[in-house]
Amino acid sequence: MNGDLARFQQDFLHALYHPDDAPPGIAALAAQPGFAVYRNTVIKGCVDALQANFPAVARLTGQDWFRAAAARYARRAPPTAVALLDYGEDFADFLAAFEPARGLPYLPGVARLDRLWIAAHGAAAGEPLRADTLAGMPPDALGALSLPPHPAARWAWHADMPVYAIWHANRGGTAVAEDLPWRGDGALLTRPAGAVQWRAVGPGACAFLDACAVGLSLAEAARAAAQAEPDIDLAGLLSDLILAGALGAPRRASPAPAHPHP
Amino acid sequence: MSSDIGAGLGLKPQHYPDALAASGLWFEVHPENYLAAGGPRLDWLQAVRGRHPVSLHGVSLSLAADAPPDPAHLRRLADLAGRIEPVLISEHLAWSAWRGRYYPDLLPVPRSGAALARIAGNVSRTQDVLRRRIAVENPSHYLRIDAHEWDETEFLAELARRTGCGLLLDVNNVHVSAHNLGFDPAAYLDRFPGEAVMEIHLAGHSRDGDAGTDLLIDSHDAPVDAAVWTLYERLIARIGPRPTLIERDDGIPPFADLLREAQRAQGVLDAQRVAA
Repeated sequence: MNGDLARFQQDFLHALYHPDDAPPGIAALAAQPGFAVYRNTVIKGCVDALQANFPAVARLTGQDWFRAAAARYARRAPPTAVALLDYGEDFADFLAAFEPARGLPYLPGVARLDRLWIAAHGAAAGEPLRADTLAGMPPDALGALSLPPHPAARWAWHADMPVYAIWHANRGGTAVAEDLPWRGDGALLTRPAGAVQWRAVGPGACAFLDACAVGLSLAEAARAAAQAEPDIDLAGLLSDLILAGALGAPRRASPAPAHPHP
Repeated sequence: MSSDIGAGLGLKPQHYPDALAASGLWFEVHPENYLAAGGPRLDWLQAVRGRHPVSLHGVSLSLAADAPPDPAHLRRLADLAGRIEPVLISEHLAWSAWRGRYYPDLLPVPRSGAALARIAGNVSRTQDVLRRRIAVENPSHYLRIDAHEWDETEFLAELARRTGCGLLLDVNNVHVSAHNLGFDPAAYLDRFPGEAVMEIHLAGHSRDGDAGTDLLIDSHDAPVDAAVWTLYERLIARIGPRPTLIERDDGIPPFADLLREAQRAQGVLDAQRVAA
């Protein structure tokens, strides 16, 4: 690195983020009206990206509140990635600790679902599991099978609050029901045909997908689902997840007889 | 980019179906918006690429930073270029990343001999990884920097000479900078190294919202200004037709409005072809 250029950049950024503390080498530049253009553009770029990445949070809080909060976050945490779609990875944590958001305890959860939408939207393509792949398999082979989630599937269970119901209403531009029951709910996001779709799921579905994601067998995933939700209909769950496009092509969890469909 | 490619448009998600159906255009995107592993955005870009030439116009390679371009970002850019087979890849004479952080703007640098050496190294590194010639764009200016040792046109000409890179001449940036710094935009364009120009950008600008300044902002949120069209016609008359992009990144109007601006640019290019 050449000392002068590196120093210029270091000083420039310091003056950008600390208007009242411009280093001597940059003070004359920072005093020009044009310096504020860079200051405003950098923060506006960050805030615009956050508003695009967290549409449900922005709708819930209103644009002015959102942009003020986002500007606080942006001044504290410049992006680490040049792909601004990835900006705001810990915005939910910021909101959780943000005093003015204290009255909206579901806001961090809503922010996490906005992030899951981006992850589902930009995930790699993958073949979804088809119901007929499993048809005709002997129960032992089926139970030993490991079903990885589809690359675009994302899910989250919120035990304490109806985060999904609130997020769903704000993504769809509708009002949250006045009589919304205040209990936990779960979200499943998938991308079956080139667009992200979402639906409510129970704790059993989320436990099942958690187990699938770490490579456990279908039998073990079913056990996890039944543990999280004792009265769950496992056949119905599997069929719902396949229909939603939440599962990918099967792997074998452990050595098992030859697969009937290569 | 081949100069038989005429006018093009920045590709916006709200215009994907229009872009797919259009004819005779080319399209430009910021690669940073297409770095996902998959999904509908990338599918759309590939579909548009199936029908039209596409150019990748980067905003984050930070060629003017005192550090080599991020190898991970370069690799992802190369991957995207492999998928899209763009007609051109371009970047800016500016910096926007520093020590692991990204600052979404095109920040200025004093045009010193040391800066030129660093930037030339960064451009060469980029061209080596991408295995192609890139074009480097003149930025908009808002600051009077006393430490400049080089005139910008000479700096860019020398950069092109040292690295073999091409140049992307943004006429709106020249207009905005000339207004903000008080130089003659026509004289700047007259001495710009025309033979190195691979692409031209035209965009709209706005007045600074802060009271008490007389600055123009390169905001890409308005139609191309009449003064910029005049400068563009003068430039084309001097250097001949070049692929010309209408840039719009904010306040996106209906596709038909952008198409009219592209047709106007095409008219300028066609008139020059007839005259030549």
